[in-house]
Amino acid sequence: MKKFAVVAAMATALLGSTAVNAADVEVIHWWTSGGEQAAVSVFAREFDALGEDKWVDTAIAGGENARSATLQRTLGGDPPGAAQFNISRQFEELAEGGLLLDLTPLAESEGWRDFIRPAAILDVCEFEGAIYCVPVNIHSWQWAWASVPAFEKAGVPLPKNLDEFIASAPKLQEAGIIPFAIGGEAWQIGGAMGVVMLSQLGKAGHEAIYKDRNLEVAAGPEVANAITIFKSLKTFTDEGSANRTWNDTTNLVIQDQAALQIMGDWARGEFAVAGEQPGVDYACIAGPAENPYLDTGGDIFLFPKQDDPAVEAAQLKMASMMVNPQVQALFNNAKGSLPVRDDVDMSLADDCMKAGLEILKNPDSVIQGASIYLNQDAIGQTEDLWAELWSNPDLSVEEAQQRFVDIIASAD
Amino acid sequence: MAQLATAKEDGAAARPAAGSSGRKPFRLSTLMSIVGTMPMIATAVGVFFICIIYSFVLSFTNSRIFPAFGADNFVGTDQYARLWSTGRWLVSVNNIWFFGLLSIVANMTAGYLLAVFMDQRIKQEDLFRSIFLYPFAMSLVITGLVWRWILDPNYGIQATVRGWGFEDFAFAPLVNSGTAIYGLVVAGIWNGVGVTMAIMLAGLRGVDGEIWKAAKIDGIPTWKTYLFIVLPMMKGALLTAFILQCVGVVRVYDLIVAMTQGGPGISTQMPAVFVIQHITDRSNVGLGMAAATMMLLPVIVLLGLQVFVQWRANRVKENA
Repeated sequence: MKKFAVVAAMATALLGSTAVNAADVEVIHWWTSGGEQAAVSVFAREFDALGEDKWVDTAIAGGENARSATLQRTLGGDPPGAAQFNISRQFEELAEGGLLLDLTPLAESEGWRDFIRPAAILDVCEFEGAIYCVPVNIHSWQWAWASVPAFEKAGVPLPKNLDEFIASAPKLQEAGIIPFAIGGEAWQIGGAMGVVMLSQLGKAGHEAIYKDRNLEVAAGPEVANAITIFKSLKTFTDEGSANRTWNDTTNLVIQDQAALQIMGDWARGEFAVAGEQPGVDYACIAGPAENPYLDTGGDIFLFPKQDDPAVEAAQLKMASMMVNPQVQALFNNAKGSLPVRDDVDMSLADDCMKAGLEILKNPDSVIQGASIYLNQDAIGQTEDLWAELWSNPDLSVEEAQQRFVDIIASAD
Repeated sequence: MAQLATAKEDGAAARPAAGSSGRKPFRLSTLMSIVGTMPMIATAVGVFFICIIYSFVLSFTNSRIFPAFGADNFVGTDQYARLWSTGRWLVSVNNIWFFGLLSIVANMTAGYLLAVFMDQRIKQEDLFRSIFLYPFAMSLVITGLVWRWILDPNYGIQATVRGWGFEDFAFAPLVNSGTAIYGLVVAGIWNGVGVTMAIMLAGLRGVDGEIWKAAKIDGIPTWKTYLFIVLPMMKGALLTAFILQCVGVVRVYDLIVAMTQGGPGISTQMPAVFVIQHITDRSNVGLGMAAATMMLLPVIVLLGLQVFVQWRANRVKENA
């Protein structure tokens, strides 16, 4: 027994020492679904191919959990080599606190400012003139995914905007179809509400509220409309929606059990994996509005400061690899997202992706998501509010709007 | 914990001093006991006392991820004002009282009944005890996940019963914001009832056999003996079980994360989830600490009450 314990201890010690050698870079991310896994493998493979350095994968399910782990470990003095965040203000305290590796020299020598577009996605990485993160892809929330057979079965045309959809929802219900598919997680509810809100506010209203903190607009009729629409969408959901993940929800649309889901363009990957054809089996409706706007969210990687110069060199190599045009093409094709640079071969893009690219070409229809303007605390408050509105039919439109105004008024 | 440890220390130091006015013989055993309790004292003071004070002070700042103690970081009771005007916090507080009362009452009752059942000199007692205790050995995350599946309308109890032909059968508490908390209570009971039973059973077995004989001779029915004679005699076991339950309720976190993630909407949010979320992802340590301080408040009141009751009892004993 004792002998066994000694051997076991030695074995773990050995394992430990091989797992952590100088040029291992541990990467925390939350890409765990099928398409996401394929995409992150591109990074891992390309990085390992660069030389001796190794990509050590730490996938943590759920963005919030992964971000929490990174924040806590960095604060606790055991930072990972690299970590995923969203294009937002989620990590600004780490940058301000001087805990992140300064990528400015690399960015300047490679000319990131020249090829990364839109410029706004690199702006979130910049604090006091230094660049602390690498944007790797662009995602937009403002899409509705519709099942063409479901709408045909109910005998109603595909909607062009949310009002049309709500008008046709009772017919879908009569045909035994779940009109509106959504998973009851706070981020899905909050995201869908953001889309509804933007469809009512437009770019000017959106910027007035989140960028300029204009409380009159926040208390205005557009927001009230959005809340009303949101409340009526709730009445067209199924009872299984609580706790359902986004990809299970997308699957309902894929199987034509549900008619429509509001979800970011990462949902396209699920349709592709299921072998569905855009325009035939499913339709992607940008906006959903006649005059759609898209935000340029997405993911970034940041590199917490390390003591070991070998790891630091590997971190810089990884950052450079992530914006390499060829890696960008491979990664984004697998992920279903748009690359962060223009000079990338997107010949594999499907119709939905092309429609998105077309919209993004017009700067007037590109917006910055609320999370660029508000910090995570305020974003969380709005998510809580929309989640409460979602589950509590007694919360009136007026009260919900008043609380929204309060959040915007006190937001940092 | 801290109080107990320091009280013992004081007593040990005071006694020899009172015994001899001049030089006292320093005993090795005294030194050893001081050395022996040092780690405990250090832990109690360091972990409990200092950390609690630290959190308390943090709750008056606008700290985000990093603790910030600058002059302009102190915002007074702003965090508390925001906390008590936050809908989600109010829902959390309501939930914990509701969940706590319901699950403690149910656990204590069911635990006692199970213990009485086990006390009937049944065959296979060891087997049953293991079965009832088993859920407690499992992580609350597993418990939560299993119950989430059982209560899921698409593949749990509801789907099964409907599959038998009862098309209108509806039993899916977790999907409705009004009933989700009952689903949590069920899982909580399943997890906690076994250990309550084990403690109560130990209490039952601790009761002197003579009492039973006396009750038999007096012709008191068995159920009355259990309820009015034996139950009051096992105060210790009851208190232990009760305190264990209370601790479990105050820190309930993993069950929520695994079962509902606070949903539908925010209807099953709990204070611990609020605290953890605000000091991590939401990057608002100040607010999180204000919430943590509010969580500590009922615990302090309970502890104070217990100390007071003990003090009263000692006084009565001394006077008698």
